[in-house]
Amino acid sequence: MKRNVLSLALMSTALVASGAYAQDATLTIESWRNDDLALWQDKIIPAFEAANPGIKVVFSPSAPAEYNAVLNSKLEAGSAGDLITCRPFDASLALFEAGHLTDLTDLDAMSNFSDVAKSAWQTDDSSASFCVPMASVIHGFIYNKDAFNELGIEVPATEAEFFAALDKIKEDGTYIPMAMGTNDQWEAATMGYNNIGPNYWKGEEGRQALIKGEQKLTDPQWVAPYATLAKWADYLGDGYEAQTYPDSQNLFTLGRAAIYPAGSWEIAGFNTQADFEMGAFKPPVQNAGDTCYISDHTDIGIGLNAASENQEAARTFLAWVASPEFASIFGNAVPGFFPLSNTPVELEDPLAKEIVGWRDECESTIRSTYQILSRGTPNLENETWGASVAAIKGTEAPEDLGQELQNGLASWYAPHQ
Amino acid sequence: MQTRRIRWHIAVFLAPAVLVYTAVMIFPLFNTLRLALFTEVDQNRIYVGLQNFRTLFFDPIWSEQFWNALGNNFWFFLVHMLVQNPIGVALAAILSHPRLRFAALYRSAIFIPTILSFVIVGFAWKLILSPLWGIAPSMLDAVGLKSLFAPWLGKEEYALTTLALVSVWQFVGIPMMLIYAALLSIPEEILEAGEIDGITGASAFWKIKLPLILPSIGIISILTFVGNFNAFDLIYVSQGALAGPDFSTDILGTFMYRTFFGFQLQLGDPHMGSAIAGAMFAIILVGVCIYLFGIQTRMRRYQM
Repeated sequence: MKRNVLSLALMSTALVASGAYAQDATLTIESWRNDDLALWQDKIIPAFEAANPGIKVVFSPSAPAEYNAVLNSKLEAGSAGDLITCRPFDASLALFEAGHLTDLTDLDAMSNFSDVAKSAWQTDDSSASFCVPMASVIHGFIYNKDAFNELGIEVPATEAEFFAALDKIKEDGTYIPMAMGTNDQWEAATMGYNNIGPNYWKGEEGRQALIKGEQKLTDPQWVAPYATLAKWADYLGDGYEAQTYPDSQNLFTLGRAAIYPAGSWEIAGFNTQADFEMGAFKPPVQNAGDTCYISDHTDIGIGLNAASENQEAARTFLAWVASPEFASIFGNAVPGFFPLSNTPVELEDPLAKEIVGWRDECESTIRSTYQILSRGTPNLENETWGASVAAIKGTEAPEDLGQELQNGLASWYAPHQ
Repeated sequence: MQTRRIRWHIAVFLAPAVLVYTAVMIFPLFNTLRLALFTEVDQNRIYVGLQNFRTLFFDPIWSEQFWNALGNNFWFFLVHMLVQNPIGVALAAILSHPRLRFAALYRSAIFIPTILSFVIVGFAWKLILSPLWGIAPSMLDAVGLKSLFAPWLGKEEYALTTLALVSVWQFVGIPMMLIYAALLSIPEEILEAGEIDGITGASAFWKIKLPLILPSIGIISILTFVGNFNAFDLIYVSQGALAGPDFSTDILGTFMYRTFFGFQLQLGDPHMGSAIAGAMFAIILVGVCIYLFGIQTRMRRYQM
């Protein structure tokens, strides 16, 4: 009896499987973006299926916090989907090295992306790419236009103007000059240090030199952002030490703060919350006319499961993901997650449009700690959180912070030893 | 000649509890201790003996975090011993007073926080103490003490003590209930005999009741010790896995979690995490043994 049930079950799976073969290829996408499920089902997949009859696509996301673990066990068991949404840097690199992701270097559409865009999903020597870049987030400052008009403040371009504007807002007293807290720590590093920093270390130039060991975290260009952050404390409002990330978001969208050190992922949320007009300005440069650098951080990509039986269909899909058509659908559906392709995308959201426009004026880079440098213990990214908070609070001198981070990095990273 | 029958029913009745307990407690405990003796190199697990413990105690990067967490843990425990348990005893003494009205109401009100989830307690207190939206600053303002307010949870020097006091608020009901029960079990005759000898009021508490409830206080202390050294939830809920500001609220539980499961870009290291869990287990074991053999056996007990 038992055997009968088993063979029945086997037969039915065989039937289903052969049914799938008889039909055309069905691609399954693994992803952690369960927030985007509706977007994929209603917009992206229909657009692809209309252009490519014969290929069906299923978007099958899991919870963000469980994604890495779930994906790993599925890949080990051979039950993972055909397409894998890639986390940036080491998590995906480990999958590639374990042979789970296909080398996509020869995919024609990869030429649609710049080197910075591809860097998050390449081997350390940049010789092989294994995920198609999908989107990035850009750092800068979002400000309350009404407040700026009311106080007669011009949008600051240089650091001197930036602090002059903050002084003016503080003097007036109606608004908290800047909404950021140090309670959750990561904002200080992500929206503080890595937001303003690229202007000091000259973006990619400094980041690459740090990875190669030619520059040290004790060099002036890596220490100076901490000195600037130390000046922020006066403008953050009472009790910023215990202010959390949602607190800061609410302060700004309620119109109580004038400037918000931001990542572009805030746009969608802010649009629904704030009832005033918002603008954005890029991290201020030291002197007028200096080249500006922005953190255009690669955040999400998509790769091909090496064990997939639909390699051809999957490559067709990936080529389409790299196309301007996908970029325009994706970029407009999730404002603030910017497509990475070289072809400019026409975005409808004014704030998103303003921010993405910086790519034409400035040099792009990614967060300094993400590639390679956060592989060891102590972890440079986590250490940078603490250091940025200490800089803002003034509990340690910028030079000492640089020295501590350098010592930590040198303890495990060969090029710095 | 009658052979003794094997009493199968003992095994049968013990089996469910033994099996479940072995599966969910004993096996994971020993497996964790075993895991601490390995490390992973190039995706292969290799045996390294006590190397992980040597790293934990002597490598400056690890040991600094470990001693910081351990020190914070002791402070956390100390605050509970100095605040929670005396207040618990005092509340129980007041509640057991025969002429107190609404005793049942107070008892329930004080005990209710104990049954609340850590998540609720953590978030509620975070909001109460928030410098932006909290009621703490405005309440202090109302009595003219606004200058005393500080963003406590965000300051290195206050954060841990603040969280310890929140935890005291949550759990003060437990010592209160245990002591209350112990106080009620003291026979009236003893107190009356004392009264005849002229011991009444406060001195009756110090000279008669307190010695009689001392064993209960001992049990409460050891429960507090075990609970505090296993603590994790409250810190994690209110300060996150990095136990900020600047690791000032980091205790062994959060340190272990961060190491075992990884955090942000830091990948998890189950082997070092297990070593920390092993150290926690050892600390608690030593503490409990000191109590059992050093204190409890010497405690004087009175026949009531």
